[in-house]
Amino acid sequence: MNQTSATQTAGDSKPVIEIVEQSLYEVRKHIYPRSVSGPFASWRLVFVVLTQLLYYGLPWLSWNDRQAVLFDLVQRKFYIFGLVLWPQDVIYLTLLLILSALSLFLFTAVAGRLFCGYACPQTVYTEIFMWIERKVEGDRFARIRLDGEEWPWSFKKWRLKIIKHALWIAIALWTGFTFIGYFTPIKELSANILAFSLGPWQTFWLFFYSFATWGNAGFMREQVCKYMCPYARFQSVMVDKDTFVVTYDKMRGEPRGSRNKSENQAQKGLGDCVDCSICVQVCPTGIDIRDGLQYMCIGCGACIDACNQVMDKMRYPKGLVRYTTERAMLNRESNQSARSHLFRPRILIYSSIIFVLISVFLFSLFTRNPLRVDVMRDRGALAREVDGRYIENVYRIQLMNSSESPMRVAVKATGLPDIAVLDAGGKVIHSVVIAPASNLLIPVKVSVAINEVISGSHPIQFEFRGLEGEQIRSRDEKSSFIVPR
Amino acid sequence: MSDFFSPGWSIFIAIVTIVGIVWCLWLLMSQRKTKVPADSSGNVTDTGHVWDDDLRELNNPLPRWWMWMFIISCIFGAIYLVLYPGLGAYQGILGYSTQAEHDQSVQTANKDLQPVYAKYMQMSIEQVAADPKANEMGQRLFLNYCAQCHGSDAGGSKGFPNLHDKDYLYGGEPELIRTSIVQGRAGVMPAFGHLSSAQISEVVAYVRSLSNLPANDLRVAQGEAVYKSNCAACHGPDGKGNIILGAPNLTDRVWLYGSSEKAITETVQKGRNGVMPGHEAILTPEKIQILTAYVWGLSHQPMSTKK
Repeated sequence: MNQTSATQTAGDSKPVIEIVEQSLYEVRKHIYPRSVSGPFASWRLVFVVLTQLLYYGLPWLSWNDRQAVLFDLVQRKFYIFGLVLWPQDVIYLTLLLILSALSLFLFTAVAGRLFCGYACPQTVYTEIFMWIERKVEGDRFARIRLDGEEWPWSFKKWRLKIIKHALWIAIALWTGFTFIGYFTPIKELSANILAFSLGPWQTFWLFFYSFATWGNAGFMREQVCKYMCPYARFQSVMVDKDTFVVTYDKMRGEPRGSRNKSENQAQKGLGDCVDCSICVQVCPTGIDIRDGLQYMCIGCGACIDACNQVMDKMRYPKGLVRYTTERAMLNRESNQSARSHLFRPRILIYSSIIFVLISVFLFSLFTRNPLRVDVMRDRGALAREVDGRYIENVYRIQLMNSSESPMRVAVKATGLPDIAVLDAGGKVIHSVVIAPASNLLIPVKVSVAINEVISGSHPIQFEFRGLEGEQIRSRDEKSSFIVPR
Repeated sequence: MSDFFSPGWSIFIAIVTIVGIVWCLWLLMSQRKTKVPADSSGNVTDTGHVWDDDLRELNNPLPRWWMWMFIISCIFGAIYLVLYPGLGAYQGILGYSTQAEHDQSVQTANKDLQPVYAKYMQMSIEQVAADPKANEMGQRLFLNYCAQCHGSDAGGSKGFPNLHDKDYLYGGEPELIRTSIVQGRAGVMPAFGHLSSAQISEVVAYVRSLSNLPANDLRVAQGEAVYKSNCAACHGPDGKGNIILGAPNLTDRVWLYGSSEKAITETVQKGRNGVMPGHEAILTPEKIQILTAYVWGLSHQPMSTKK
């Protein structure tokens, strides 16, 4: 921190108070996390592989001769395997977002930032990029040495940096390419790239996402978690005394201090912490877990893995840094008794809301009607008389088939005696066919015998009954029929 | 910047904008550091601000790149104001405008559609009418431009002709339909208010009889003379109408304003004014070609199978 001293004298008799100028901005300290192995590191590797298989693989799957998962923004249709979502289905997206948020709350209340440590793209890509960095430049101390090298750079430094960035950029480009592949058919996209015929916006987004990946995973890293991510800031209101979090057992560890393996720690009056600072060296956000739970902690468990190895070497019991709850740590309870507090109101409420929402979500998704109908009465003319025998009203009917097979629908009107639906040419309409995943607009006229009705506006109903199609569904739509005076 | 009634507003806005950016930069630079008291050993623990006896404000500094982002935002803003309109009435050196962007999009769309339209411009109206794709386009054009008066089903309503029947006021030949769309039509039936009410009721009876509608025989016989001297000039001696004048055929049971005695009496007494607006300025020749074929197809069976 930038501190320049200045002195100020306040009055004659009062003591001199030192006033220090302090910067409100700090220069970022680069973090060189040391590699770590252990159960939590293995879990993270599993999640990195799983999430990336999913992310890189999904756009290449096919379904019904089309890309299985494709968000077609131009046509405004989202394809998710057998499901075709239209803009009218945006409620599902809303529900999905609410569900994701609630799940995040639930996981956080149970065991802290599980998402951050294992599944967040920021963590996952940082992990991949750090793995490359370690393979190319070496572990923590090798990297510190390399970066400490003064200008001009040695040939070795140039070589390592160029190799590292080349690999980073390759992965970033592939990530950007895959991302675009969710919005443009990825096979066409790859053909276009090979032919250098990408559209201007495709090119822009490809490089934009690649740049974002390269910048966030290569450079910004923990800065994103510490300063940009809102989740980090509000997690403190979602954890409580019974939440499992990465915890340093200060009752057991303090007072900390270095010692020889042969020395008797009780004689020296020391706790179990040997103050080796390995937990700090492995931390990807550069914090000291021994200071307690902090908003910068992403719950990755690297310090647990690292500390357990040290404890093994010292022949101390494992778990000086471990997943436990605040209550259990302070009361020296076992993890088993900490787990007995799992079913507390907070957890039960979150779980039941999630359960209800998932039920609603699934129910409405499986009973979703692929037939949508809109009836618009012509506004230009109220009604017309035909041959002095019939009254006609004109409507535009918009039929939407959001399934992937053609749909035949019977059209009928009810609400007045002898009511008939005619096409523009005057023939009676019995049924219409709507092509798969498309709209059909038909102008129709509804005809009623003139001596059957009195003048005024009459409520009528259009009935659409599915006859053929993947799902046979129906829909009714209200409208009005006007008889002039 | 004609939106402002005085150029002073433009200058005022430009000044507020520039002063705002400069003020932001000054605020950033001047607030980078703060003066805090240190304890006796020279350590700084907090900013020295204390509330409610023991609530102390700590200094958790933002990363410096964050400050740089603020500064970059200011620079971005300045560059933007040089390139794009935004600084009062200044148009920016790129000369960008939303109007130009819109025009550009329209031009691109027209260029993309050109090959589609070019094909139809080569074809005769009868051929275009037989093309299902052109029919689809024609229907969309019709719903946009014509349906307000003629109805979505082209069935017309009182005062607006039905386009399905073969009764064309100005002729049903493709070229005549095109002329109707391009130039519009004004169908004027003059008022015959100077006729006596007896004469009017006689001529109404005669006109109804032309379409075989029930009418008093005596009046029909008397009405013929009234018709010959007043109506035949336009509607023709046999009542078959005249497509050059747009005078309706009175013998085909198609009634634009109604067939009741009351309606015909009103027509004779007060006259009628039918207006079809011209679309030359609204539609391109290509669109008019497709629309003409669509309207022609409504009342004619195109040569090849329709639908």
